[in-house]
Amino acid sequence: MIGIVGYGAYLPRYRIKAEVIATQWGADPASVTRGLQLFEKTVPGQDEDTITIAVEAAKNALRRAQIDPREIGAVYIGSESHPYAVKPSGTILIDALGIGPHVHVASYEFACKAGTEAMYVAYSHVKSEEMRYALRIGADTSQGAPGDALEYSASAGGAAFIMGREKVVAEILHTHSYTSDTPDFWRREGEDYPRHGGRFTGDPAYFKHITEAGKALLEKSKLSPGDFRYAVFHMPNGKFPMEVGKRLGFTKEQIETGWLVPWMGNTYSGSSPTGLAAVLDVAKPGDLIFMVSFGSGAGSDGFTYRVTDEISKVQDRAPKVRQMLDEKKIYLNYGEYAKFRRKIKLND
Amino acid sequence: MRDVAVVGTGMTKFGELWGQSIRDIFVEAAQQAITDSGVDHVDSLYVGSMSPGLFVNQEHLGAVIADYLGVNPIPATRVESACASGGAAFRQAFLEVASGASDIVLAGGVEKMTDGADVTDALATAADQEYEVYHGITFPGLYAMIAKAHMHQFGTTREQLAAVAVKNHRNGAKNPNAQFRSEVTLAQVMGSTMVADPLRLLDCSPVSDGAAAVVVASLDVARKLNKSFVKVIASAQASDTIALHGRESITTFKAVVEAVKKAYKIANLRPADINLVEVHDCFTIAEIVVSEDLGFFEKGKGGEAVAQGLTAIEGGRIPINTSGGLKAKGHPVGATGIAQIIELYEQLTSHAGPRQVKNVRRGMAQNMGGSGASCVVHILEAQ
Repeated sequence: MIGIVGYGAYLPRYRIKAEVIATQWGADPASVTRGLQLFEKTVPGQDEDTITIAVEAAKNALRRAQIDPREIGAVYIGSESHPYAVKPSGTILIDALGIGPHVHVASYEFACKAGTEAMYVAYSHVKSEEMRYALRIGADTSQGAPGDALEYSASAGGAAFIMGREKVVAEILHTHSYTSDTPDFWRREGEDYPRHGGRFTGDPAYFKHITEAGKALLEKSKLSPGDFRYAVFHMPNGKFPMEVGKRLGFTKEQIETGWLVPWMGNTYSGSSPTGLAAVLDVAKPGDLIFMVSFGSGAGSDGFTYRVTDEISKVQDRAPKVRQMLDEKKIYLNYGEYAKFRRKIKLND
Repeated sequence: MRDVAVVGTGMTKFGELWGQSIRDIFVEAAQQAITDSGVDHVDSLYVGSMSPGLFVNQEHLGAVIADYLGVNPIPATRVESACASGGAAFRQAFLEVASGASDIVLAGGVEKMTDGADVTDALATAADQEYEVYHGITFPGLYAMIAKAHMHQFGTTREQLAAVAVKNHRNGAKNPNAQFRSEVTLAQVMGSTMVADPLRLLDCSPVSDGAAAVVVASLDVARKLNKSFVKVIASAQASDTIALHGRESITTFKAVVEAVKKAYKIANLRPADINLVEVHDCFTIAEIVVSEDLGFFEKGKGGEAVAQGLTAIEGGRIPINTSGGLKAKGHPVGATGIAQIIELYEQLTSHAGPRQVKNVRRGMAQNMGGSGASCVVHILEAQ
């Protein structure tokens, strides 16, 4: 059996409400919260970045897996906000967590699905018996230009998963990826904020790739939507995952456990992985989970999981996602938010 | 000048046509028009397009289109007159046939606006760069000033502006080629996102892709085709100062007044002789001002008229924008002037389906560039 042996997430404590951002730019707060189903989002603290978030999430995954970090053969971090353009994020992480140095490390980037592509590679390494454990993380401190629609959603957080063969808590049953050259969202080298094609990010991008990957995954698994207890989709806003789930035949009840975006925002590479972590926090042995990510550019990675008897042993070993989402929140005003996100340019 | 007729029409659906390029959509519309007309060739073609260079980095559009339409080596020319490019292209085709230089000419219009270009900046090139745009003004800003002045001078209300959008969406909902086929309420228009006070999102025409084409022929050719056609009984064009500040009044478009005066004179008609009009409602205020400038309502009464339903299909005195107008049908800039002619053709040949206005004999199309610095007016008559 191959699958997840440990998982963990991390969300910063800082929040900003969508209505605060809307008011700042003279937009109608109700149309944002109602239209996009976004109420508040996480904001990274002044000393947090993709690497610190990845470290916290991986620490929680190690707490659950209870393995010797030195047995991890590969560490992959997927993000579109790696702090360095040139210098891997994973090297700092392995030193912080006592992994390696006999380890393969790489940074992944594929807009919002860098985390699941890292998961696919980590899973393949274990499946091919190249190594005993592989760690993959999806984490981001995503960027949204001031005043842009993305500013309501771009947030911070991440989730880490350790793949292995023993004491598996969720077995990976099937995978399927669907990719095409669809430039719906991009950021060029040296630019501070991504650009996007407005509604073009919807039907031809998000909906097409998730439904195609999802349909193929259902076909491969010979399962129907009703067989799954939970479904997790990439969450750029509150509306899209519910809508794409409906198109594939899933119900609101199957989606809402992992539907964190109205209060978390879009954690980009950490989005569907954090949703999966929230599902694993409450899943019962035997539950089937359906998950399809989406990364602009564009592609989707789909996975089906079966939760095992091991799950109940690990759930309480680390903080749960809903706990991090709901407790100890610190709200920022727009000025503090602009300072935290370094939107204010200072002299050296 | 000899008599000229419109003998065939074709257009794409207007909207976000992400699966097609500018040449694809023009060829689709042009082929439809040629097939519809039944002609076996065209002698030349004109394509109206405001800014393919800025929108999709393609200039020399006449040649591109003639090539992909497979009509080389006929003369092919792009006509540019900002948002009036389509109307101006139609006028060139009309003049070429009327003069006897050609018998059959294709007049088309196209714009591909949703491929990623900065649309507001591209459109702003139709205003005065040195005196308006450098100071930060955009088209919603210019028309907002016109609206404010009209409200101040004549008491036009916010509700009356919204009534234009409500009516045009109601008409557009019945047009299979329209970008927006949904009705909106006064409250939705007045509660939509503010763009430039007093204009809100639903006061503005959308950003669209689309192409439209018609075949124009001499009356002799038209009669031999054995199908319905409509006669072009007036073609007129006028210009005005490029910048708003150069005008005596900004609550009237002088180019519209001048162009329609010429058109009425050519056709020997009065406003009461016209049964329906397609006007350039790039913003709701534009429809109100233009409806007055064309002589259908007294100056200052256009807002009241639309609010009272005088411009509606059902029960209106002079139905305006039965197609849905730029507001609901969509506004792929260069295609707009041609699409107006197509709506008149459908109405005058009784092919407008649920939008059909009863007992129509003459229709007018008014196409305008910039903040009214160019205006083209055509009057068409049923045969």
